[in-house]
Amino acid sequence: MVGTKVREQPDTRQDVLVAPPTEVAAARSTGGEDFDALESVISARGLDFFYGKEQALFDNDLEIKKNRVTAIIGPSGCGKSTHIRTYNRIYELYRDHRAMGEIMFGGRNILGPGTDLLETRRRIGMIFQKPSPFPMTVFDNVAYGLRQHYKLNRSELSDRVEDALKRSALWDEVKHKLGEPGIALSGGQQQRLCIARCIATEPDVVLMDEPASAIDPVATGKIEELMERLKANYTIVIVTHNMQQAARVSDYTAFFYEGHIVEFGPTTQIFSNPQEKQTEDYITGRFS
Amino acid sequence: MSTLAPPSGDSVRTGADGPVPPALAALRPRSHARRKTVDALIKTSAWIAATFGIAVMLLIVWEVVRRGIGAIDLAFFTELPPVVGEDGGGLGNAILGTFVITFVAALIALPVGFLGGIWLAEFGRNGRVATGVRMVANVNMGIPSIVVGVFVFAALVKPLQHYSGFAGSIALAFIMLPVMARTTEDILNLVPNELRESGLAMGVPRWRVTLGVVIRAARSGLITGAVLATVRVAGETAPLLLTALSSPYWLDGLFGPEGFFGGPTANLTKTVYDFSGMPYERMQELAWGGALLIIVAVLGLNVLMRLIFQRGKEW
Amino acid sequence: MSTLEIDAQTQTGPPRGAAQAAPRVHHRFGDPAFRVVTLVSGLTVAIAMFTLAGVLIYNSWTAISELGLSFLTTVAWSPSSGSYGALAALAGTALTTLVAMVIAVPLALVIALLLTELVPPGMARVLGTAVEMLAAIPSIIFGMWGLFVLVPFMQETVAPAVTESWLGQLPLLRPGETFQGGGFSILTAGLVLAVMILPFITAFSRDVLLMVPRVTKEAGYGMGSTTWEVLRKISLRYALSGVVGATFIGLGRALGETMAVAYLVGGDFLTVPKSLFDPGTTVASLIALQFNEATTKLDVSALIYMGLILFAVTMVFQVLAQIWLRRARRTTGGRA
Repeated sequence: MVGTKVREQPDTRQDVLVAPPTEVAAARSTGGEDFDALESVISARGLDFFYGKEQALFDNDLEIKKNRVTAIIGPSGCGKSTHIRTYNRIYELYRDHRAMGEIMFGGRNILGPGTDLLETRRRIGMIFQKPSPFPMTVFDNVAYGLRQHYKLNRSELSDRVEDALKRSALWDEVKHKLGEPGIALSGGQQQRLCIARCIATEPDVVLMDEPASAIDPVATGKIEELMERLKANYTIVIVTHNMQQAARVSDYTAFFYEGHIVEFGPTTQIFSNPQEKQTEDYITGRFS
Repeated sequence: MSTLAPPSGDSVRTGADGPVPPALAALRPRSHARRKTVDALIKTSAWIAATFGIAVMLLIVWEVVRRGIGAIDLAFFTELPPVVGEDGGGLGNAILGTFVITFVAALIALPVGFLGGIWLAEFGRNGRVATGVRMVANVNMGIPSIVVGVFVFAALVKPLQHYSGFAGSIALAFIMLPVMARTTEDILNLVPNELRESGLAMGVPRWRVTLGVVIRAARSGLITGAVLATVRVAGETAPLLLTALSSPYWLDGLFGPEGFFGGPTANLTKTVYDFSGMPYERMQELAWGGALLIIVAVLGLNVLMRLIFQRGKEW
Repeated sequence: MSTLEIDAQTQTGPPRGAAQAAPRVHHRFGDPAFRVVTLVSGLTVAIAMFTLAGVLIYNSWTAISELGLSFLTTVAWSPSSGSYGALAALAGTALTTLVAMVIAVPLALVIALLLTELVPPGMARVLGTAVEMLAAIPSIIFGMWGLFVLVPFMQETVAPAVTESWLGQLPLLRPGETFQGGGFSILTAGLVLAVMILPFITAFSRDVLLMVPRVTKEAGYGMGSTTWEVLRKISLRYALSGVVGATFIGLGRALGETMAVAYLVGGDFLTVPKSLFDPGTTVASLIALQFNEATTKLDVSALIYMGLILFAVTMVFQVLAQIWLRRARRTTGGRA
C-alpha cells in the first residue's frame, strides 16, 4: 500500500499526512500496470550536466510517462533540480552550465540544434520553489502565456483564464480579485496562481521544483490534491525533499544520489521494497 | 479529506464548472519566428548601441590625446601663457590656480560633508530630520553648477565688487558638500552593525567607536569618495566663470589684485575654455594640452581609486 | 601562563581600583559634543540649499519687479534698451533636452539590457566601468570635442545631407530663417548632451534591473518568452519606478548642462529656433555667455532671474526623481 513502510518511521519532518486519494491509488498500488507499455513523454538518455568544469549529473536515463506523476527524491545537492531544469533548458540562462546527452520530447532531442525553444517551453512548463507571480494583476498573470503564444480576443482570453483558475482550484478565492496584483495573494495562493499560469497554455508536462517547500502545510495539502487532479490531463514531474509527499502524490519515483539515478520504479515499490541499499538508507532516514 | 470542490468524474475538464474552452491547438498562434526576430533585432541594437557608446568615448579621448600631447612639456607646467599670437608659454598659472582653488574647496567641504554624513548614518538614520536632509542633499546634487556660480556671484562677488579665487572655492565647496555627505553616509551604512555594537559593548564612548572603529573599517571607501568628489569639481568650469574668472598672471599672495582673496585667479578649466575659442594656433594647442591634463587627471584618478581600493565599494 | 607569572603581572600593574577611580570626563562631554557637531554639519547641507534659493530670489527681485512673469514669454535680450525675455532660451533648453532624451533614454535602456542579460559577468563589469568612466569626463571636454569635431561634421556632412533630402521637408528639420549651416545648432548640442547623459541613465537602469529577482525572470523564460519579452513585460515593470527616476535625473542634468551647450548651440538668443538645425541658446549657456558682459543692474538681475528659473525647473525634476526612486526602492529593495 502507499506509504505503509514510511508511516512506521518516526515522523521527523514537519508535514501533514493527508489521507491518500483512494480510488485511483488503489487501482495502481498493487503495481499492476505495465511500465513499458505506457507512453513516454520525456526520455532522458545518457544525460550529463556540468557547472563549468564540475560534473553534476552522470549518465542519467529516465522515462517520464504520460499522465503520471513522477517524483524525484534524494538528499540535498544530489542533482534533482539540476536534472529537471534540463528538460526546459532553463539552465541556458547561465554561462558555463552545460548539458550533454539526449532528451527526447515530441519525437526529437531537445538538446539538439534546431529545437524551437519557445515552443518547447510552452509544452514543458515549470513551477518553482519560490512562488513567483509576475508584477501584474492576477488576470494578467494567468493570461501571460496565452497572450504571448496566441492571438485571442478579450472574451476568449477571460474564458480561458477562468478555466485555468478553476482547474488550479483557485477560482473561487480570486474571482473577485482578478484586478489585484499577483503578489497580493498569500503564498499558497501565489503558487496556485503560478500553476494556473502554467496550465493556461496547455502544456504537456508540468515540472515542479519543490513546489510546496516554501509554503505552509495547509496550502501544501491543497497543492498535493491539485496534482492528483491535474494528472488526468497533464504529465507531472515533481522534485521534492519531502519523502512523505513523494509517497503520497507520485506514481513513480526516482532516487538520485550525487548526480546518479540510483533507483527508479513504481512509488509503492520504492518505498516498501527498495532494491538498493542507498535507497533504503535514504528512505529510512539514515541520511538526508 | 479533500478541501477542494470535488471534480465530477475522473476528468476535471468535463462540465461541472462550466463550458470547456475548445482545444488551444485550434487557435491562432503567434508566430515564433516573428518573436524571435524581434528579439534578435533588439539584441543586435543593444550591441550596436553599446559599441557606439564606447566608441564615442574612445574617440573623444583619442582626439584629446592626439591634439593635446604636443603641448605637454616642462614649460607647459611652469610658464605663463604667451602673449596672444606668439609661441611658447604654458598654463602654469592655470594649473596652480586649479590646485589651490580645489584644495581650498576640499578643505571646506570634505570635513563638513564627512561629519554630516556621519550624522546621517549614525544618528539621524531614518528620522524625519535625516530624511529631510537626505532629500535636500539629493536635490542639491542635481542643481546645475552654473546656478551655484550665480549664487556665489550674488553672495560674494557682487558685494565685494571683485572676482576672487576664494569665491571659486566656495562655489566648488557648495557642489562637493552634499556629494561628500551622501557618499560618507552610504559607505558607513555598509559597515555591519556588529562592529558598532562590539565597540559600544566594551564601554567605549560613541564618538570613539565611530571615529576609531567604524571609520577605520570604512577607510578605503571614504578615501575613494573624497578623492572622487574632489576630482569631480576640479573639472568644473561653469561655477568658476562667475566667481574666479581667470587671470593671465600667477597667483600672488592673498589680498592683492592677484591674490587668492583679492582678485580673479587663473584656473585650468576657464583658461582652456577661453583659449579653445581663440583663433590662434598656439592658444588652441595649449587648450588641448589643458584638456588632456584634465582627462588624464580625472580618468586616471578614477581608475587609480578603483585599483587601489577595489574593496572600497563592497565594504 | 603559570600562576606565578600572573601574580607578578598584577603586582606591577595599576592598583585594581584605579580603573573605576579614573575620571570619566570625556565620556560625558564627548558624545553629546560629537552629536552636535555632526548634526550641525548635516544641517549645513540643507541650509546651504535654502541659502542659495534665498540669495537667488533676493538678487533677481529687481528683474522680477521690473519684468514680471512676462519675462517667460518674451523673446528679447537687449541690455541697451532694457528689454529681456527668457522665451528663446527656454525654447532652446526644451528642444536640446528633448533631442538628448529621445536619443539617450532608449539607448540607455538597451545598453542596460545588454549589461544585465546579454554579456558574461566579466565583460559586464568591464563595460560597466567604461560607462562610469564616460560619466566622469568633465563637460568642457565634450564641448571642445564637439566644437572641433562634431560641428564641422554636422556643417559639412550631416546638415547638407538631411536638408537636401526629403527629410529636410519635415517640420522640425526644415531649416528656419536663422539657419547658419547646421554646425552650431540645437541638434549638435542635443547630440552631445545625449552622449553626456547616457552613462547616468544606463548605470542607474542597470542597477535597478539587477534587482529583479532571478526566480521571476526564470519563470518568464520558462513560459517560453524571449529575452526582449522578459525585459519588457516583467523586468521593466518590476524596475519601472527606478527607470523613471533615472530618466528624471538624466533630464535634470541635460537641463542644467552649460559648457558643452555653450560651445555648440550657436548662441542665438534672439529667436525661438524653428528647426533642429537652427542655432539657439539655452538658459544655462545664456547665463554663462552673457554674465561677464553684464553691466547694468537690471542686466545682472535679469541673468540672476534666469538662474532662479533654471534652479526652479531643475528642482522640480529632481524632486520628481526622488519620489520615483523612493517608490522604486520600496517595491524592489524591500521585497524578496
